[in-house]
Amino acid sequence: MSVKEASGIEFSDKLMTFIEEWKSKKGNLVMILHKIQEEFDYIPRQAAIKTAVLLDIPLAKIYGVMTFYNFFKLEKPGKHNIQVCTGTACYLKGGVDLIEELEILLGIGVNTVTDDGIFSIESVRCIGCCGLAPVLLIDGEVFGKLTKDQLPEIVAKFKDK
Amino acid sequence: MKTLAIKINGKSVQVEKGTTILKAALIDDVKIPTLCFHDDLDAWAACGICVCKIEGSPKMVRACATEVMEGQNYITHDPEIMDIRRTVLEMIISNHPMECLTCGRNTTCELQDLASDFGIREIPYHEDVTELERDESTPSIILDPRKCVNCGRCTIVCQQLHNVWALEFQERGHETRMAPAGGILLNESPCIKCGQCSAHCPVGAIYEKDETKEFLNAVRDKSKHVSVQIAPAVRVALGEAFGMKPGTIVTGKIYAALRKLGADSVFDTNFGADLTILEEGTELVDRIKNGGLLPQITSCCPAWTDYMEKYATDMIPHFSTAKSPMMMSGVMTKTYYAEKIDVAPKDIYTVAIMPCTAKKYEITRDDNMWASGEQDMDLVLTTREFARLIKSSGIDFDTLEDEKADSPIGDYSGAGTIFGVTGGVMEAAVRTAYKLVTDKELEDVNIHAVRGMDGVKKGSVDFDGTEIKVAVAHGMVHVEELMDEIREAREKGEEPPFHFIEVMACRGGCIAGGGQPYGTTDEVRKQRIAGIYTDDEKSVVRKSHENPEIIQVYKEFLEKPMSHKSHELLHTSYQKRPLYSK
Repeated sequence: MSVKEASGIEFSDKLMTFIEEWKSKKGNLVMILHKIQEEFDYIPRQAAIKTAVLLDIPLAKIYGVMTFYNFFKLEKPGKHNIQVCTGTACYLKGGVDLIEELEILLGIGVNTVTDDGIFSIESVRCIGCCGLAPVLLIDGEVFGKLTKDQLPEIVAKFKDK
Repeated sequence: MKTLAIKINGKSVQVEKGTTILKAALIDDVKIPTLCFHDDLDAWAACGICVCKIEGSPKMVRACATEVMEGQNYITHDPEIMDIRRTVLEMIISNHPMECLTCGRNTTCELQDLASDFGIREIPYHEDVTELERDESTPSIILDPRKCVNCGRCTIVCQQLHNVWALEFQERGHETRMAPAGGILLNESPCIKCGQCSAHCPVGAIYEKDETKEFLNAVRDKSKHVSVQIAPAVRVALGEAFGMKPGTIVTGKIYAALRKLGADSVFDTNFGADLTILEEGTELVDRIKNGGLLPQITSCCPAWTDYMEKYATDMIPHFSTAKSPMMMSGVMTKTYYAEKIDVAPKDIYTVAIMPCTAKKYEITRDDNMWASGEQDMDLVLTTREFARLIKSSGIDFDTLEDEKADSPIGDYSGAGTIFGVTGGVMEAAVRTAYKLVTDKELEDVNIHAVRGMDGVKKGSVDFDGTEIKVAVAHGMVHVEELMDEIREAREKGEEPPFHFIEVMACRGGCIAGGGQPYGTTDEVRKQRIAGIYTDDEKSVVRKSHENPEIIQVYKEFLEKPMSHKSHELLHTSYQKRPLYSK
């Protein structure tokens, strides 16, 4: 496969510079995948193919890494990705109940996106503020010590954002 | 080599540095049970069946992946170890569907063997089989992830031995599965259909597409003349399915079995191999004499051509346009032979017994496979399928009297038979090309430089004063080394480093193809290879151009190698294909 064939997607100059810089370094793949996800919010197949060509490594290997780490997303998340913590503390404090409530509220399951593309739900492991358990994260904003009945208000706040 | 003094179950032994516990235990007559381990591959330590103890250490170690250390005493089995192994086995089985009776690996399954050896009668754990869909996208192999035990052999073969990377470990933990990149099907991946995954799988998670029913349907159809050919490598391996030693030559019994199964004519792919040599050898001589593109590269291995069309497209002009022996035999059956017996090509059903799963793909790989006007080859059965066909018919293979192949496209030379081993096509080609270039006969036909198990073999042959440089690669992973040499010379504007290159996808050549009987290791490869060379040595005719039926076929039908008719029927073309179609 040539780079030309893999040109179904454009990488920003910043991303290309980053790839050039990391290309020959050990452990480059995870770093580069991070940057790609930063740019696209997920890793589109075309981006994975382009990366395979740029780094001269098999596409299967890239998918091996992408599917091994929960962090990397293969599908485009919603405009607002709701990350619900199900780490040990949040799990014990009812993190799963929050997910179930969100599923009812939004009519979607975990790792899926609402039809209008606005929301998606993701289950994440420990985001480092166990004292606030159970917590969820939307666009980097932390909501702690949550109960189910607070969720409609939070969802409404982001709906038109 | 440094030797280490160790103990196995208290008995002092000397072993070479780097020896694993698994290998060291063999000295004390202990064969530690394994599941994921395979002699062809680096130990992966995935399954945990081979756990052992080191005296004085509280830890259990895995025998397959642990190198021994000076002075240690290794305990290969005791009641506690055996108990733990049983637990490991029970847990693996709890994730495995209990469908043994309807599984392609029934009685050849390594997990079944372990369950039998351990006397497993019930599983104390909740059965938890991940329901995943079967991938039947390729014409060659079927991937059934439900049955996968995650040993990783298929994936490691695909990556380490064949550099194809169709498969990779996807997901993690309980979700782990061996699959192509990103939820696509095998046929949309770079898979070259070599089937080594299926030959290495310990269970029935990836296996050849069974088409034995198609054969029986063809025999049942009275309007069809069923014509079967057998590949070189089948004759030295099929016997294994009937308890014979690897390398036992059973050609005559195979012809007999085929007739008993209802074949109307029985031919030998070795005839096709002789024909290939005449065409490919003439093509080579033409390239050498008339300044054609060199090196010429062999094209009879369909897994290799598939690899080249995806991974090494710059090599397309180097490929011999000659079709594989199977396809040549097929088209000759539906043209030359059809005329002889006065049967319309559409009423002939051609079957090939092959050591290879990629051959199932080859028969429809492009339009050139319809050169007779009909599909030249209708069906390919692997050696494993053929063994099942014989068994299910009740034919007692062991006691069959030897028979001969039919004329006029069944006779073969020793050169035809060695097509089944690495270096064989090269050796056969040299025996004939020598004559074509020098107009003299080669006296010593044994070309030792191209024999043996080295991944890449290079040598040169003296063609009466002209040095012909040749190279042979087997095991797909060794191919790039040769291709890079060609590319380097091309970039520098230098003379090509070789005149002729032979490539076979599988380690050892077709004798260890993806469709051969299970349990292939280097030891088995050596025995099968020895069988092939014995077949060559006992042949009266050892050069393709001296095969009387080949001489006749050119006289009566094809005129001469590379004639217009030859081009129409016996040659093909190659095209660039995408690595991923999705």
